[in-house]
Amino acid sequence: MSGPWRSASGGSSIDRSRPVRFEFDGRPYQGFAGDTLASALLANGVHLVGRSFKYHRPRGIMAAGPEDPNALVTVRRDAARYTPNLNAAQVELYEGLMAESQNRWPSLHFDVGRINDYLSRFLPSGFYYKTFMWPRKAWHGFYEPRIRAAAGLGRAPSEPDPDTYGQRFAHCEVLVIGAGPAGLTEALAAARTGVRVIVCDEQVPPPRTSPADSAGEWHDIRAQLAVMPNVTVLARTTAFGYMPHNMVALTERLTDHLSAPPKHVPRERLWQVRAREVVLATGAIERPLVFPGNDLPGVMLAGAARTYLGRYGVLPGARVAILTANDEAYRAAVELRAAGVEVVALADLRPQVMGRLPEAARQAGMTIRTGTTTVGTRGDQHVTALGLCAIGADGTVSGAVDWIGCDTVLMSGGFTPSVHLFSQSRGKLTWDASLQVFVPGAAAENCRCVGACAGEMGADSGGSWLGALPRPEGPATGKSFVDWQNDVTAADLDLAVREGFRSIEHIKRYTTTGMATDQGKTSNLNALAIAAQRLRRAIPEVGLTTFRMPYLPVGFGGLAGYARGELFAPVRKTPMYDWAAERGAVFEPVSLWQRARYFPQPGEDMHQAVARECCNVRRACGMFDASTLGKIEVVGPDAVEFMNRMYVNNWSTLAVGRCRYGILLRDDGFVYDDGVVARTAADRFHVTTTTGGAPRVLAMMEDYLQTEWPDLKVWLTSTTEQWAVIAVQGPKARAVIELLVEDVDLANAALPHMSVARGRVCGVPALVFRVSFTGELGYEINVPADYGADVWRAVWQAGQAHGICAYGTEAMHVLRAEKGYVIVGQDTDGTVTADDAGLSWAVGKSKPDFLGLASLRRAALVDPNRKQLVGLLTSDPNVVLEEGSQITATASLRPPMKVIGHVTSSYYSAVLGRSIALALVSAGRSRMGQTLYVPTRTGESSVTVTNPVSYDPKGERLNG
Amino acid sequence: MAEIALRRPPSPGAGSYWRPLPPCARYALRVNLVDAAAAAGSALPVATAACRASVQGDWAALWLGPDEQLLIGPEPAGAAFADAVASALQGVSHSVVDVSHRQGAIEITGPHAAALVNAGCPLDLDLAATPAGFCSRTVFAKAEIVLWRRGNEHFHLEIWRSFMPYLAAFLSEVERELPGQGGSRGA
Repeated sequence: MSGPWRSASGGSSIDRSRPVRFEFDGRPYQGFAGDTLASALLANGVHLVGRSFKYHRPRGIMAAGPEDPNALVTVRRDAARYTPNLNAAQVELYEGLMAESQNRWPSLHFDVGRINDYLSRFLPSGFYYKTFMWPRKAWHGFYEPRIRAAAGLGRAPSEPDPDTYGQRFAHCEVLVIGAGPAGLTEALAAARTGVRVIVCDEQVPPPRTSPADSAGEWHDIRAQLAVMPNVTVLARTTAFGYMPHNMVALTERLTDHLSAPPKHVPRERLWQVRAREVVLATGAIERPLVFPGNDLPGVMLAGAARTYLGRYGVLPGARVAILTANDEAYRAAVELRAAGVEVVALADLRPQVMGRLPEAARQAGMTIRTGTTTVGTRGDQHVTALGLCAIGADGTVSGAVDWIGCDTVLMSGGFTPSVHLFSQSRGKLTWDASLQVFVPGAAAENCRCVGACAGEMGADSGGSWLGALPRPEGPATGKSFVDWQNDVTAADLDLAVREGFRSIEHIKRYTTTGMATDQGKTSNLNALAIAAQRLRRAIPEVGLTTFRMPYLPVGFGGLAGYARGELFAPVRKTPMYDWAAERGAVFEPVSLWQRARYFPQPGEDMHQAVARECCNVRRACGMFDASTLGKIEVVGPDAVEFMNRMYVNNWSTLAVGRCRYGILLRDDGFVYDDGVVARTAADRFHVTTTTGGAPRVLAMMEDYLQTEWPDLKVWLTSTTEQWAVIAVQGPKARAVIELLVEDVDLANAALPHMSVARGRVCGVPALVFRVSFTGELGYEINVPADYGADVWRAVWQAGQAHGICAYGTEAMHVLRAEKGYVIVGQDTDGTVTADDAGLSWAVGKSKPDFLGLASLRRAALVDPNRKQLVGLLTSDPNVVLEEGSQITATASLRPPMKVIGHVTSSYYSAVLGRSIALALVSAGRSRMGQTLYVPTRTGESSVTVTNPVSYDPKGERLNG
Repeated sequence: MAEIALRRPPSPGAGSYWRPLPPCARYALRVNLVDAAAAAGSALPVATAACRASVQGDWAALWLGPDEQLLIGPEPAGAAFADAVASALQGVSHSVVDVSHRQGAIEITGPHAAALVNAGCPLDLDLAATPAGFCSRTVFAKAEIVLWRRGNEHFHLEIWRSFMPYLAAFLSEVERELPGQGGSRGA
């Protein structure tokens, strides 16, 4: 099948022997293997492919590459594989491809939203700031949701993405971005020196023709590169982000072009390439002309028409009018005519045209209308005529308009070097007055630009036009688009300047020009020229806005890579996890760890399970997996000195074999972490930290050690995962473990509360701690982690005779709250001192210095009205306060009310038969016995301030 | 008397190109290498070149920092080896900490070994940058690892035990992309 819009022969990319069927908006079409969706649609005479962002104007295919601002479509494989906003010129055709147009309702040809176009005088730039101001409250509830629904392009897929996405890190000496002639030449030269070269290009096969006619030569270079072991050629790969230190992010599309993607191949692969040198060979982008009606389907860049003809054998129309300010467009004129297309007008904005290419057109018998502009186009959903008009010698336009009937308008305002990546790398752009474009200047990275992106345009590419075209005096008859994708017109830019915007950055944000997903690829320079003209300043004085990542939109899946599902983040489990899971434990995440929260028995809810576990511990005993606690081995002759400087406590007086509760402050004096510290040798401490605090405590210690105290002979080693920790707590704890423990005397006198001994448990080396976070007689058995599961089982077996239960973090929280033990991060929040938390007893008063000491003397930190930790008892013992509730001194206040504190911990204590709570209250310790009030959503609770310790206040149970 | 506890390391399965290594003994040795050389001379089995491992008999020493070595060897001899290190360093300030159970190891071999590692690790795995014998603490995706290149196509990854299943699942996922899946294990 050829059809009226395919040339008789030619088309370097397509295979005419392999027809490919596809659908657009539900209608079946046929193209050829090698087609893009854009070329196949054009070959079928389909030019109207979408509706514009704001005005819902009919839009067609303007370009043949990633710069096309209009032809955004949705490609659908199934409900989950539904990708909006793909550029039709970059979608490779495959058998059965289903594409849909966007931003239209009910249909592409009849779209209700088009009314915005007719109401456009009420929708100028920034209209939503001006129009939807009153009533103020309506913005969030009414205006904004409706504006958002009306705006936007395409829909997000409704199902989870079933595809997989890969990623790779790579290093090379030379990364060449762009496999056109300039890029290929550089790649080959670099590859021949033997260094590692990566060449990427967003197309496949890489473009075979460019201005050069010797396509065969480039083909040879590609073949040579393909077999060199030091060269990696990545096709369908877009370099979208240029990060510091020559780190460039590439996205490789592996399956989007396939009719039936293989399951094991990821859809995309994200490459993070670190290159010694980056060679940018990203080419140049043809600039459209700014004139009324320049967005009608059928209006196209001249170079795009050449590409569609040369690579895909597609004729953009039958009667073509050409308006240019650049010689390259004459190639299109000659080639289209040779392919049988009638060139009905060939007009040039320049008063004189003398290059080799225009000469060739004249030789071919075409007449060039020099010094000619346009007043606009005619047509509803497709261009039907172009109105040409002579530019007078004084630059004014006043003559008669010659309406040329045509079905295609080709335009060229010259070429803009594609400096996006160079700009992302923080390279400086400089204004090239002769080319009238910005070209790469001083580089910030080890980076070179070659070819057209460096402004090397070739001898035949002369001529350019910037900004709006000259037109007759008086109101314009249509919209002159500058930014097609964001629907920004020349009039919008005029308005921004009239309203007082001077900075190009402000003009950009006010009009949104250049802010669409195409990052202003076709619009930036025209917008800048219009603004500069209105501001009566030179273009380089006005300056260019920053190009932002990504160069082209990148899917979330590609950025996420492998990090989804079970690979989103490591899930850390202790050696005893499987045992707990088998017994139906309910887990909770604590940092990356999964910890058993409670162990429900059949029929129990959480409340019942926790009540049972708590009572069991206090009555008999319980066992608890404390393996996640952070552990740091501090070793060296200066270990004591180091600990004295880091922690508030006095470690000089701690004997070997004894433990102490340690508190770590930040340098601002606030509590950072806490934990039991054991001295296991004269020069060795076994430090424990909170579960979540383990990495940051070690990092802070290393920071001080390496930067402040490099003279100290002490070393830190994380042993968090070396040890499995089994806490056995309760009056029967000793009876449970004594048959398992060897070489440790568990008697009170030999191993009193807060002591530690080395020995063996179940035949393996162990550290046995006598410590308690429940207020009961307690031990914590530390064994090397791989033994943890077996030792846990042995303790469980031994405990059966004593009524042992396993308890989780929830019961642990209740038990410690009954004892008034704080949890750093729950009862403290980074603004609590040791004294606030009632822990000043731990501070070594005689120590000359420790981390945070200087800050503790600040006036604010010794204010007697600081919030202090207290207990709260509700007047109704069955009311469990909500953690985080605010506290007031007087009853029945209305907001805004004076708040004097907040609840930090709150539980129902089954052991005490009532609720308990801990709270931080202003001057709390001076309020013992006072009645305070806790306003809640359902009413107000009155509470009595008490000591934080509500169970066994004398601590007698610790001794068993 | 309870039964003797057995060593049960994480069991994350294995792939075509990777497998977990059996348990072994490990020590984190911290000592100023200059001091150590003065005191113990060549009796001390440490690696002296930056980012290089030194293998002597059953034991390997991985240079992780100017004063940091990771010593890896067979488990039964572990305690005796640690004692020998400590006595060789008599009089020199140092720290030896048993980390045998803190971490495990996964071995990656075969022609795609570097590609598997580079799916999650940003190091340059060209042999010029990281020859056989290279070692370094680094990252693999969201986990910290120690990477030891034992041969051109042979990597040894040390990873804390709770991160082992994550690393294994990650390698399984990447392996699905590799050509020749299900083929023979590499050298």
